[in-house]
Amino acid sequence: MTAAAGSLDLLWFFGPFIAMLFIIGFYCIFATYNLIRALIGVELLIKAVTLLSVVVGYISGYTALTQALIITMIVIEVVVMVVAIGIILGVRRFNATLDVRNLRNLKG
Amino acid sequence: MMIHLIILTTIVIAALWTIMTRSLLRAAIGLAAVSAALSVMMFRLSAPLAAVFELSVCTGLISVLFVSAISLTRSMTMDEVLQHAKERMRRFWFLPVLAVLVGIGVSFIHSTAAVRLPAPETVHDVRIVLWHLRRLDIIGQVIILLAGAFGVMILFKETK
Repeated sequence: MTAAAGSLDLLWFFGPFIAMLFIIGFYCIFATYNLIRALIGVELLIKAVTLLSVVVGYISGYTALTQALIITMIVIEVVVMVVAIGIILGVRRFNATLDVRNLRNLKG
Repeated sequence: MMIHLIILTTIVIAALWTIMTRSLLRAAIGLAAVSAALSVMMFRLSAPLAAVFELSVCTGLISVLFVSAISLTRSMTMDEVLQHAKERMRRFWFLPVLAVLVGIGVSFIHSTAAVRLPAPETVHDVRIVLWHLRRLDIIGQVIILLAGAFGVMILFKETK
């Protein structure tokens, strides 16, 4: 079954915004020194992927399957965030900083 | 389409504000705004259950997690804030330009290749897909949730 031209137009309409969201998250991870802000960058990357999944599900007509996958993705996202925040708070407790430039204990 | 454009622009502007704002608390609020706008977009794209999950979990729970983590950190003094603001501006002024350039660049990609879609979906109920067809995903979710719970328990274990 070939996709209708109109439905693919929707992908090209959403594409630039998804790419912008992805670049913003990626730039944040690379340019920041704060661990919490790096985690926010990871969140933005996940948002871009979620938006891409929803759009592709809408175009292909597989909305139920897409929603099931997105729910799984959200559950995993929350667990990753909880554990990452726990690790960040642990880092802060032992080093009294969230700046990655000061985390040199394992520098070898 | 106009509504889609407005929501997408809101998402990108909120994301830019999240990254470029000085305060971590404002960044957490910006992230919640991105999630809320994304859930509206999901609702518009026929994914209401995923939209509810996104709104309740990502906008609610993750924002609360970030705000509580930020509240446990030390706030900066005024001198540190001014020094930090200058340094941040030096690193991040390029980001909006880069994002717009990438957006324009991607908008020129317009493939005319015929994409073959799979056969139409036979089951349209999310509950049946999630609980019957994707049963392994549910088991994986339970395992990951347990791993996360035990991980947090170990991380916050009180040492005598």
